[in-house]
Amino acid sequence: MVSKFKQVLNSGKFVVTSEVAPPKGTNIEKMHHHIDLLKDMVDAINITDHQSSVMRFPSIGGCLAIKDRGGEPILQMTCRDRNRLALEAELLFAYTREIRNVLCLTGDAVPVGDHKGAKGVFDLDSVQLLHAIRQMEAGTDLGGNELDGAISFCAGAIVTPEANPIEPQLIKFEKKVEAGAEFIQTQAVYDMDNFAKFMDYARQFRIKILAGIVLLSSARMAKYMNDNVPGIFVPQELIDELASAPKGEALNKGIEIAGRMIATIKKESLCDGVHIMAINREEAVPDILAAAGL
Amino acid sequence: MKSITKQKPFEEVQQLLEKLDRVYIIGCGTCAAMTKTGGVEQVHEMRKRLQELGKLVTGSIVIPIACDEMTETAIKENDGPVQNANCILVMACALGVHRVSLYIGKPVIPALDTLFIGMEDSPGDFHEVCAQCGQCVLGRTAGICPLTACHKGLLNGPCGGTNNGKCEVDKNRDCAWTLIYKRLEEQGRLDLMRQYEPPKDFNASLRPRVARVV
Repeated sequence: MVSKFKQVLNSGKFVVTSEVAPPKGTNIEKMHHHIDLLKDMVDAINITDHQSSVMRFPSIGGCLAIKDRGGEPILQMTCRDRNRLALEAELLFAYTREIRNVLCLTGDAVPVGDHKGAKGVFDLDSVQLLHAIRQMEAGTDLGGNELDGAISFCAGAIVTPEANPIEPQLIKFEKKVEAGAEFIQTQAVYDMDNFAKFMDYARQFRIKILAGIVLLSSARMAKYMNDNVPGIFVPQELIDELASAPKGEALNKGIEIAGRMIATIKKESLCDGVHIMAINREEAVPDILAAAGL
Repeated sequence: MKSITKQKPFEEVQQLLEKLDRVYIIGCGTCAAMTKTGGVEQVHEMRKRLQELGKLVTGSIVIPIACDEMTETAIKENDGPVQNANCILVMACALGVHRVSLYIGKPVIPALDTLFIGMEDSPGDFHEVCAQCGQCVLGRTAGICPLTACHKGLLNGPCGGTNNGKCEVDKNRDCAWTLIYKRLEEQGRLDLMRQYEPPKDFNASLRPRVARVV
């Protein structure tokens, strides 16, 4: 069974992915609701892996729920919490449960999360994890031992087009491409001119790029991200636009902005698709897609 | 090279010395003196504070290099007050604590926490320089260690958490990979950063770590 998502990536169609955050606890109703809401609207759904180093229900559990409910999951795997044995074992398990897409991330630092005294593992980094996947597809594990049944994944990674300085990030991006990454879901992009410049560079590589769209829910949230989230830059005119919205309408303005950016990306064929992150507001994703004319 | 230490909270020292009322104090004249955690002044201060607690301090000494084998001689020369105590409080790094433990059967209590092997940037400011991983990568990273200077110990370049050349966990700390990039660029050796660095072999630093150096 080949990855459905990979088929879409290679179809030339404008690809749309989104993501769902799993619960902190065993109440999975809301996650199921969000999966049901999105599964037929987008080409694949990421389940975050202890995003921002906050302990939650695991990504693999969310991915299995997506499979059960007839959607296409993208398993997010960070290197923060597991050593190479645990990462390899999870890839084996995911494969047997017909999960075929994996996003390889380094993972946020432990101290930014809610288990500040925990040990950060980082036995592998994101580039090494991509290599590990390709090695396991060829039939051996990282110990050099033969696998009784190999894996096969559509493997992806991330890049931060707004990073400053950008050059070290681009070297790492190229290492991810060389390690066999097939797709990239970028960190949030807001400045379309800057993103177009990044794409002028990135187009030389054989890799599909999905632009990260993070929903802005208010001017305050946009300013907060500018001050606190590395690699995110919301231009002042967008902050002003959000601030100009009538009281109680900022979220709708944010949906409009996200929709407009997606429409621009699609119309100008800036890249291969978008990855929509409506952090804690998964309910808004259908509205964003409608605003984008999708 | 310096073994960087900080003093344990006095409450912890107090707990460790519970039921031990006669104390001999050993400081160190090298690293712990330079970090002002176990030199003459700090030993004197500790002596005063323990006496205020009602402890009997049978004596104290600042050994020039507490981790050195000369420590045995220093302890022998002070046999009287050492024997008169029912424990030894060591104001040196863990190396000093280990060394003292070799020669004295009595409880040896550390008064310091050993932080790392580091260098002094400015008086009182230190940074870690070596994780003693057993497979030095400095030749490929322009002399900046990504295992100690990068919060995540990454080997193939920066994470996405870096911003304006600073680290995700502390805006005041430099991103190691930004520094490595800049130095390699200056040296015209960016090809080193483009090379894939495979996973580290932790078997090379297997604990308990022993080495026979010929």
